[in-house]
Parts: sequence; structure tokens; C-alpha cells
Amino acid sequence: MATTRRSLPLLRTLVAGKTQTRPVTYMPRPGDGAPRPVTLIPGDGIGPLVTNAVEQVMEAMHAPVYFEKYDVHGDMKRVPQEVLDSIKKNKVCLKGGLRTPMGGGVSSLNMQLRKELDLYASLVNCCNLPGLPTRHEDVDIVVIRENTEGEYSGLEHEVVPGVVESLKVITKFCSERIAKYAFEYAYLNNRKKVTAVHKANIMKLADGLFLESCREVATKYPSIKYNEIIVDNCCMQLVSKPEQFDVMVTPNLYGNLVANTAAGIAGGTGVMPGGNVGAEYAVFEQGASAGNVGKEKIVEQKTANPVALLLSSAMMLRHLQFPSFADRLESAVKRVISEGQYRTKDLGGQSSTQEVVDAVIAKLD
Amino acid sequence: MATHILRRQVSRILSHASPNSNPTSYFSLARPFSSATDTIRATLFPGDGIGPEIAESVKQVFRTAEVPIEWEEHYVGDQVDPRTQSFLTWESLESVRKNRVGLKGPMATPIGKGHRSLNLTLRKELNLYANVRPCYSLPGYKTRYDDVNLITIRENTEGEYSGLEHQVVRGVVESLKIITRQASLRVAEYAFHYAKTHGRERVSAIHKANIMQKTDGLFLKCCREVAEKYPEITYEEVVIDNCCMMLVKNPALFDVLVMPNLYGDIISDLCAGLIGGLGLTPSCNIGEGGIALAEAVHGSAPDIAGKVIWQIQLPYY
Repeated sequence: MATTRRSLPLLRTLVAGKTQTRPVTYMPRPGDGAPRPVTLIPGDGIGPLVTNAVEQVMEAMHAPVYFEKYDVHGDMKRVPQEVLDSIKKNKVCLKGGLRTPMGGGVSSLNMQLRKELDLYASLVNCCNLPGLPTRHEDVDIVVIRENTEGEYSGLEHEVVPGVVESLKVITKFCSERIAKYAFEYAYLNNRKKVTAVHKANIMKLADGLFLESCREVATKYPSIKYNEIIVDNCCMQLVSKPEQFDVMVTPNLYGNLVANTAAGIAGGTGVMPGGNVGAEYAVFEQGASAGNVGKEKIVEQKTANPVALLLSSAMMLRHLQFPSFADRLESAVKRVISEGQYRTKDLGGQSSTQEVVDAVIAKLD
Repeated sequence: MATHILRRQVSRILSHASPNSNPTSYFSLARPFSSATDTIRATLFPGDGIGPEIAESVKQVFRTAEVPIEWEEHYVGDQVDPRTQSFLTWESLESVRKNRVGLKGPMATPIGKGHRSLNLTLRKELNLYANVRPCYSLPGYKTRYDDVNLITIRENTEGEYSGLEHQVVRGVVESLKIITRQASLRVAEYAFHYAKTHGRERVSAIHKANIMQKTDGLFLKCCREVAEKYPEITYEEVVIDNCCMMLVKNPALFDVLVMPNLYGDIISDLCAGLIGGLGLTPSCNIGEGGIALAEAVHGSAPDIAGKVIWQIQLPYY
């Protein structure tokens, strides 16, 4: 009698197919569990949909974060001062896409935020999600892109009518700090290789300076392999042999292209997490920049993919040092994706945003 | 195996001698090969490394297919010609100007100072303003992408590759990106003309005008002006990061792409990667006055000189 009673729970778990594993924990200091405020900017287009998804999931998990919502839209001239103050107080922000009007230039609100808060590194984490069919296997690339200077310095002028000049500025200071961040990221995340992407055969001085800074920093991390690749060759290799890349560090423009290409091959911009980080602040958003505002049809039908922002919010939870919540969220999302029943249109399914969110909440343990 | 495919294509080209609107016959010629005595003189630069072997294969295939082309071979000299400031002689350039049609193998610019790079010389002297790269999935060569059927047309003279850089103070470097109305109009005109003559339905201009509003904005304005003259061709504008993502997810969405220099470089190589690499990609540089210089986009590969893996395309204008 006693043996059956003891073995019943074991049998139950075996039949259910779940194995008990303890997630990685850390030893908190007393008071670490107090709820942390995070600035939330819903944004434009699909932004409010997907940030709402994150809010629902956070509530279901009883995560120790609470959101301070601020309304910012892409057609505002400047980011409101109260939003900036809130981010400076909370140090962490989660945001949906902000629509840049054509002709917005570097006064686009995304760029303004980055310049004001000095978020100099933009990170996109591109890896194959298990169960999601893509043309490329074994993709596990992190693209670290310099966010403040380069081709997006915004210094343009018309020399004479019909001739326009744009300045691309590369400084040693910015190149060094992005290289340092890339190698530090690789070191802390147990990554083996850092690749610098450049076009120094044509732009010898500008990209040459970038490469010099990368090489200098590489000497300080002898255990991490370092190599360089020209950007057009890099794109070609990305579509044919993406498994050779690990961490990539790039200046501004190339980073935009490479990040979107890598996100595309790993499953699309609807699933790749990412964010912008600086010395003091961090803003998490959907990784790749393409499609983060979405089309009208997706907004109307409410079929935006919340996976990217959910995974970015898991990164945010880790940043705030709540690793078990981050693990729970990530495994729930990955389980939903791999089962394949609730997928939005860009992943080949038919579900709406709300259905995916409900599925994730149901899978939380 | 490669020569079989080449032979089949060349005979297909010759049987479709008149320009037709079938999009799969990508080598429609403006001049039908109606008279057998009408030979075309073309300049051939075999180049370095694997160049001469490839040039031999080309000549062999053309001879077998009885293509009425007479080749004028020119080699890169080993001394700098003072008239051109590079290793290419004045005679070579004159020959291309006279024949208006040329085929160039891979050329390795010797490292050193005091002379211009060979590709740069050709581009500047012959005023080659557009680089056209058709990208088609080759039947029989399986890659991850089977439905690629697009052309990338890239502005070849200005943009980010103007080469105007300087160090402002120690640790700060500036590089100039120049966009002019004249060059943008020229390449847009060529793109739409190409689309019309090859029966293509859509032209997409690739840009980043939401950030670089004046430079890429000027490029887009010129494209729009030209688009108005071709109302039967659909014109659209795509931001470059969207374009990259769409290309790797679904390359069938694009038809003809027209872009400034840097984006063109990256996107055309990306498309080459989609179909199987640089060894399989044809390319042609179009110059003022109807000069067409077809080329091999791969390098001279001195390490594999001895193996032939190449695809040719006929120069066309």
C-alpha cells in the first residue's frame, strides 16, 4: 500500500512526459525581489498589440516588473522629456516600433532615443528556433552593430543643385567601445569567435580605422578567435554557409543589412529578439529593424507576431537579474513555436496575436 | 558538365535570335543574327590566374556554336602606360571603344602605388555607369533557393565609393558619399529601358531615404521621374533592410532592382549567394554610348588555376 502511494507521483510524471529539472538560479540579495519599474513605449502600428502581449504574459507569470506606459508616436517632433526622464530613472525600457516618416532623417525618434541615451550597441540575436522550418540550419549569430555614428550621422547637404553629399563619420572612440562591447559579450556568453564586417578595400581610411580598433581589442582576448570579412562576401556567405558565423561586429549601415539578413535566414524578423544597450541604459525591442511597425493589414487583423518582443522581454528579465522568470518565459515561447499549432502568418500559421499569447500563458510552468 | 549547360544556352540564344518578351530567354539580342557574314568584333581581356583558361573555353564554345564573333585579344601589360596611368594600354581601351562590346576575365591588380586599379581604370575611362547582374536559379544546380529570377542594376560611378576620405583630426575619419542627379537619372533610365526591352514587369528602387533623406531622397526622386515615362512598368520603393529580409525569405518577390553603389554591391553579391556563388553569376557593365563590357565577377583565383568553373553570358546592349 505504501509503495504504490509513493510511486504514484513518479508514475504520473513519467506518464505526463515531463522531467523535473531545476532551472539555473542565483543567490539573490535581500530585497532583490521587489518589483522593478520598466518604461514601456507601445509605439505605432503593431507596437501596441505586441507590447500588450508582453504585459499579459508578465502578469500571468507574476514577474516582479511593473510597466510605466508612455505614449510616443512616430510623427512627434521630439521624444517627450517625461519619457526620457522615466527611462533615465528606471534604466530599462521596452518599446514597440516607432514609425519613421519618409523624410524623417536622423530626427527619427528611434535615432533620437539612441543619441539621447547614448545607446551605442544594438544587438540582434539570430538563432534557429527548434521546430520552425527554415532554409538554413545551425544558425546562431549575434550581430552587434554600432548605433551612433557611421553613415547615419545625418550630415548631408546639397553642394550645388543636383549634387548631394553625405558624410560618413568614423571615430576611434566609438569604434573602440563597440569592439570592446562585442568582445566582452562574447567572453561573458561563452562565444568562440568574433567577426568584423567592413569594406576597407574601398573605404580605406574609414573602415580601416574601425578594423584597427577591432584588432587592438582582439589582442586583449586571446581565447576568442577574431577574423575579418568584407561586407559583400559576408552577405553571400550568410545565405550559403551561415554556420561559420558566431558574433559579428559591424559599423552602422552594414550592421543594419547584416542583422536583417541574418534575422531573415533564421526565421524572420517576427521572432528575433534584440535591443539597444549603452553604458547606463538599455532599451529592448524587436531585434531586426525591418517590419517592426508592420503593415495596416496586420494591425487590423491583429495577426502580429509577439514572439520577438516576448523573447526580447526575456532578455530584459535577465538584464534585470531575474533569470528563472526569463527561463520560464523562453521555454514557454519555444514550446509553443515547436509544437506549431499556434503560429502567426509570417511563420506559416493562421493564428492571431491573442491566440499565441494564450498558448504561451497556458504553457508557462 | 558546365560546358554542356553553356552549349545548350548558347544554342537557345541563337534560336531566339529576335528580341522577344519571353522572360526566360534572358539573352535577347538587339541585333538578330540574320546574316552569316555579319561578324561582330569583340574585345577579349583574358585576365590573370584562371582567366586565360576560361577565355579558351569561351572561345571553344562560341566556335562550336558557330557564334559570329571575332575576338580581339588584349593582355594587361607589365608596365604602367603613361597615357592611362595603369597597366592597361591605350590600345586596349581604344579597341573597346571602337568595338563597343567586350568580355573581361578576372584581373588581379598588382599591389603597389603609382597606378590605378585596373577595374577602376576601365570604369573611369569607358564611363561604365551601370553594372547589371542577372541572377537566375540554374536548373540542375540545387541551392536552398529555387525560384530566384531577378536582375540587379547598380550605379557604378559614385555614391559611397567615390574614394573621398580624409582624417579630420587624429581618430576621426570622414568619408563622403556623393549622389548626383545626372548619374541617378542615367542609371534609372537604363533600368527602365532594360525592364521594357526584356519584358520585365516591375522595377524596385532600393534606398535608405528614411535616414539619409537628401542623398537617397535625390536618387528616389530621379527614379520616380523616369518611372513616369514608363507607365506600363510597376515601380516601387523598398527600404534596404526590408529588401534584405525579403530577399532571404522569398526572392521571387523581386524583379528588377535598381540601387546606388554601395547597396548595389552588397545586394548583388547577396543575390549571387542565393543562386550558388560568384562562379555562376554573369555580369555586364554598361557605358555611355552603348558600350557593354561583360565580365567575370569572381577573382583571378591563382590557387585554382587549372580548374574551370565558370558561366559566361553574351554581351548585350
